[in-house]
Amino acid sequence: MASTAELEQAIDVFLRQLRDRRGALLPLLHSLQEEFGHVADEAVPAIAQALNLSRAEVHGVISFYHDFRREPPATHVIKICRAEACQARGGRAIEAAAAERLGVAMGRTRADRRVALEAVYCLGLCATGPNAMIDGKPVSRIDATRIERIAREIGA
Amino acid sequence: MTRVYVSRDMASVALGADDVAEALAGAGAEVVRTGSRGLFRIEPLVEVETAEGLIGFGPVTAGEVAQVLDGTHPNALGNIDALPFFARQQRFTFARCGRIDPLNLDDYRAHGGWAGLETARAMTPQQAVDVVKASGLRGRGGAGFPTGIKWQTVLDAQADEKFIVCNADEGDSGTFADRMLMEGDPYCLIEGMAVAAHAVGASYGYIYVRSEYPFAIAALNEAIARSAAIVAPFRLEVRVGAGAYVCGEETALLDSIEGKRGQVRAKPPLPAIKGLFGKPTVINNVLSFGAVPFILANGAERYAEIGFGKSRGTMPIQLAGNVRNGGLFEIGFGITLGELVNEIGGGTESGRPVRAVQVGGPLGAYFPPSMFDMPFDYETFAQNGGLIGHAGITVFDDSVDMMAMARFAMEFCAVESCGKCTPCRIGSTRGVETIDRIRAGGRGQDAVERLPQMRNAPSQARGITQEIALLRDLCDTMKHGSLCALGGFTPYPVLSALDHFPEDFGAETIS
Repeated sequence: MASTAELEQAIDVFLRQLRDRRGALLPLLHSLQEEFGHVADEAVPAIAQALNLSRAEVHGVISFYHDFRREPPATHVIKICRAEACQARGGRAIEAAAAERLGVAMGRTRADRRVALEAVYCLGLCATGPNAMIDGKPVSRIDATRIERIAREIGA
Repeated sequence: MTRVYVSRDMASVALGADDVAEALAGAGAEVVRTGSRGLFRIEPLVEVETAEGLIGFGPVTAGEVAQVLDGTHPNALGNIDALPFFARQQRFTFARCGRIDPLNLDDYRAHGGWAGLETARAMTPQQAVDVVKASGLRGRGGAGFPTGIKWQTVLDAQADEKFIVCNADEGDSGTFADRMLMEGDPYCLIEGMAVAAHAVGASYGYIYVRSEYPFAIAALNEAIARSAAIVAPFRLEVRVGAGAYVCGEETALLDSIEGKRGQVRAKPPLPAIKGLFGKPTVINNVLSFGAVPFILANGAERYAEIGFGKSRGTMPIQLAGNVRNGGLFEIGFGITLGELVNEIGGGTESGRPVRAVQVGGPLGAYFPPSMFDMPFDYETFAQNGGLIGHAGITVFDDSVDMMAMARFAMEFCAVESCGKCTPCRIGSTRGVETIDRIRAGGRGQDAVERLPQMRNAPSQARGITQEIALLRDLCDTMKHGSLCALGGFTPYPVLSALDHFPEDFGAETIS
């Protein structure tokens, strides 16, 4: 976990990179999450101070968007698409099978923090579902064999 | 050295195109990475340059590249353009996609790039706006508002600065045309935005892309850097969303760029008058901007001569879900839904009968095959209780449970509601509960309702019919009482499922 001093320093560096940008809060949050894996609550006062916002405004933005995490992520994050086009291709069954094989419910992180299953609503690969993002890598046409391979690759 | 073309579109990569490209390079071929041609059944697709032109092979796996290079691979497709799926298309916006290296400026110019911008810059702003008006182009994001009129409003607005914003928050399930254009021909979008900037007098633009599209974000950032000198003094920036579907609504998107929660603003004032940072703003979809270079380069008449009724020009239609020939099919308006699903799409991939198609994403209506004679046109779909939206068509076979799909529409609205207006925020959750009660066969009196002092509480149990009436009533409230299309259009999938598939709700007749 990063110390408050480290967070403040990172915020300072990122904001210098973003100095020409108006409405810099979202780009800053993305940069922090990329650097630290999540946006810690400890960073909120420093962000608010730096952008001349209230802490409530910063917290409101972090909690509004699905992407921003307030806790460190699991080692492996599997995002499975739940939207209609994947449902039309058997996505619901694949989601259930993945949850069963990986031993973690949708929207949860497994107790050993090795793997998390997250919902995503459309990856724009709608003709070749069911689709998922495995640690940021897109995978289409997921079936039972593919789930087994994914599970082995991440050692789950 | 043999030159081969392999797509680097996210969908192709998800099917293994990177491994195929690597294997081809390892086998000594010169690999050019392109956008996707748009037919995903044949991806990963390899096109090999030969004396007789390009010969396609697909799908191909990394282990089979030797057979591709010596021409013995069983999935030889010949000239891709001659396949029925491509021969029937009218590619105006997607003319270059899948054919060129998306980031190569020489390729772009050699294939007609920048001609639209040069034409526009030789005109006065008013003349450029007039061309877009004459083309009949309507907003391709879904609302179908005439693009030229929007531009005129911004041109006429007096302000010290104006903005061009591209809505690339393509969150609708069953749509991927924006993503394909941004990855496969990003300069086309940049050129369209630069034309808009000249036409309305703006100097800065934002492309708001959803975070689920990392390939598009990378392609745009690189394309913006490489084309900066060409579009100057216009400057551009990519803004990355953060997983909120509602930010595809234009006013929520503006708030998100401003660094706020993506909440919907009440309209008026229109963004064209008071938009980003309170300044006059052109906000259009990727496909609207993407159509502009063609219109300027080839003239408004060339674009407007194609189409149907008040829907002029072409629409990049996306065939998705359980469909055999899924992909991008650009054609003039007026083609029927049945032609799209059965002839071009080839029916379901599962081989079972088509039961329903959802047109226009999660907020679009479900239609049964009995309505497949509808021409693809904004007005026709509106008259039939639906919308064409962003022109995604999601196909379902006969295993679909339409009550489950109606419930999902409400559930999705509840997950993604921005929370600003009550019909959407609360109504969506009540909708899920009502559909659950329909599934359970109705409900009896609860403990509170049985209390003697609750004189106005219903004394009878509610059956399915009453619950369905309640659901329709709720849909009516959401439709007319919501601030934006999320709450306002969620009733479309719910009501169309009720109207066309009442048997899935246990209802005897259409009420």
